[in-house]
Amino acid sequence: MIVADGVTKSYGATCVVDGVTVTLPKGGITSIIGPNGAGKSTFLSMVSRLMSLDRGTVTVDGLDVTTTPSDVLARRLSILRQDNHMTARLTVRDLVSFGRYPYSKGRLTTGDKTHIDAAIGYLNLAELSERFLDELSGGQRQRAFVAMVLCQDTDYVLLDEPLNNLDLKHAVSMMQQLRRAARELGKTIVVVLHDINFASVYSDHIVCMADGRVAHEGPPDRIITSDVLTALYQTPVRVETIDGRRIGLYYE
Amino acid sequence: MREPSVALVPAPGLRRIAGLSRPALVLLVLAALALISIACFMTLGARGSWSFIIPFRGRKLLALCLVAYSVAISTVLFQTVTNNRILTPSIMGFDALYILLTTATVFFLGAGALTGIDPQVQFGIEVVVMVVFSGLLFRWLFVGEERSLTLLVLVGIVFGILFRSLSQFMQRMLDPNAFQVLQDSFFASFATVDTSLLVVATVIVVLASLIMLRLAHTLDVLGLGRAHAINLGIDYRRTVVTILMLVSVLVAVSTALVGPITFFGLLVATLAHSLVGTSRHRYVLPAAALLAITCLVGGQTILERLFAFDTALSIIIEFLGGIVFITLILRRAAR
Repeated sequence: MIVADGVTKSYGATCVVDGVTVTLPKGGITSIIGPNGAGKSTFLSMVSRLMSLDRGTVTVDGLDVTTTPSDVLARRLSILRQDNHMTARLTVRDLVSFGRYPYSKGRLTTGDKTHIDAAIGYLNLAELSERFLDELSGGQRQRAFVAMVLCQDTDYVLLDEPLNNLDLKHAVSMMQQLRRAARELGKTIVVVLHDINFASVYSDHIVCMADGRVAHEGPPDRIITSDVLTALYQTPVRVETIDGRRIGLYYE
Repeated sequence: MREPSVALVPAPGLRRIAGLSRPALVLLVLAALALISIACFMTLGARGSWSFIIPFRGRKLLALCLVAYSVAISTVLFQTVTNNRILTPSIMGFDALYILLTTATVFFLGAGALTGIDPQVQFGIEVVVMVVFSGLLFRWLFVGEERSLTLLVLVGIVFGILFRSLSQFMQRMLDPNAFQVLQDSFFASFATVDTSLLVVATVIVVLASLIMLRLAHTLDVLGLGRAHAINLGIDYRRTVVTILMLVSVLVAVSTALVGPITFFGLLVATLAHSLVGTSRHRYVLPAAALLAITCLVGGQTILERLFAFDTALSIIIEFLGGIVFITLILRRAAR
């Protein structure tokens, strides 16, 4: 369980995240949705200790993220941000191997290698594993980074827009793999998503953010409604049920 | 029970020649080149008794190797920690800071401070002050949340100019005798290396290397960038501050021995990265050091013995390094 209490971050006079108090349940997929500039990424960065908090506290299974040693947290919680510009020249396998660093500190054991192969297989990267990252397409690189985070084998996996750069096929398979990881391996996945329909179909829990605050939260059938989404995005959104799934239509 | 440890994946994706991976092969060739340069430096044009030549040239050789090693290692570490391939400690004004400190010592304590006390002791003190100052100064630049590279370049240039102007200002106000003493130590020259500091410089470089070895496993992770390094459990602030302090110690050593050389580090670090073709520090660090030794010792031998030039090596190195710098900036702008 991730508990955020009164989390606040400002840049100068602008308050980006304004006293967010929210509990992200353990297990399943939790999506964070909301318009641009709602503070979703900043919030995720603070939960994962990449950014300092101006006020408030965040605990992960009772561990305070600002005081717990970084290497202890690295075995509990992993984070992948949107922008993964890399100056280092690495192969896919090299990158995924770094996911084992919190356990092996650079000396890979045979157990680590099993994890690495599993993560590479999980994201269908076996054929690309010896290629350098700068030789891959944006989507392939994105999958390599997700493989690294899964290889880290943490209870909590935080992903900031993991569907960036992915085409339809890979976006769907990424969400299916995340759902499998949540169901089969018991992981807690927290994702920032822009596509409300992916959030609707794959999430167990949805948090809506607007203007640095939590506007709504709850299961998809309470959040994916015309009223909530229209107010959240300030754009008319119609919600239809197709094959038992709630789909938002906003292409007016 | 601990699982048996297996060797790291041998830099995959690289063609193997004679059973060796590309980085290993590159290291072998570079080591051979460095050894040849050293042999030539010690033997070419040697006339007279070996009992004179060996200690005489040996001292100079040791100094050149220390400078080469310090510049190469400090540049690679700095680029890893700041996650860029364009900035180097000297471009960011680390060596200008050292010169400012030395100038300030003479300015406030008088030339007697330089001539009166043992240069080794004085150098030791300067290194400590340098570590403290650079620790404070570069901490807020590199440790907090990410800053844009453009901002860092500008800040570096501004600091460099500030340090140099302050030094020049103090140097103008010094009396000519004190200035003479001071100026001697500031000309970048590989022909007239200051060998009085060899013992203390060697000790400092060895100590710095030992600390670096203890941190070696964090280097590849730091090279992934701040967010990934924190995600993987590195104590980011402490590790980065320690490495930046090591960098300033190494810069102090090379500046004290031969004076400031702006683009040499960039030259060898860029070449090392592109030659070994991977970012693994176990290959890049030795490659950069060997390249630097080959450049300095080999270049000095060629200039001294073949062309009978004396002070031109620093000019040639700065010229080549400057071209690399401009190329890197242009390539980045084109992207």
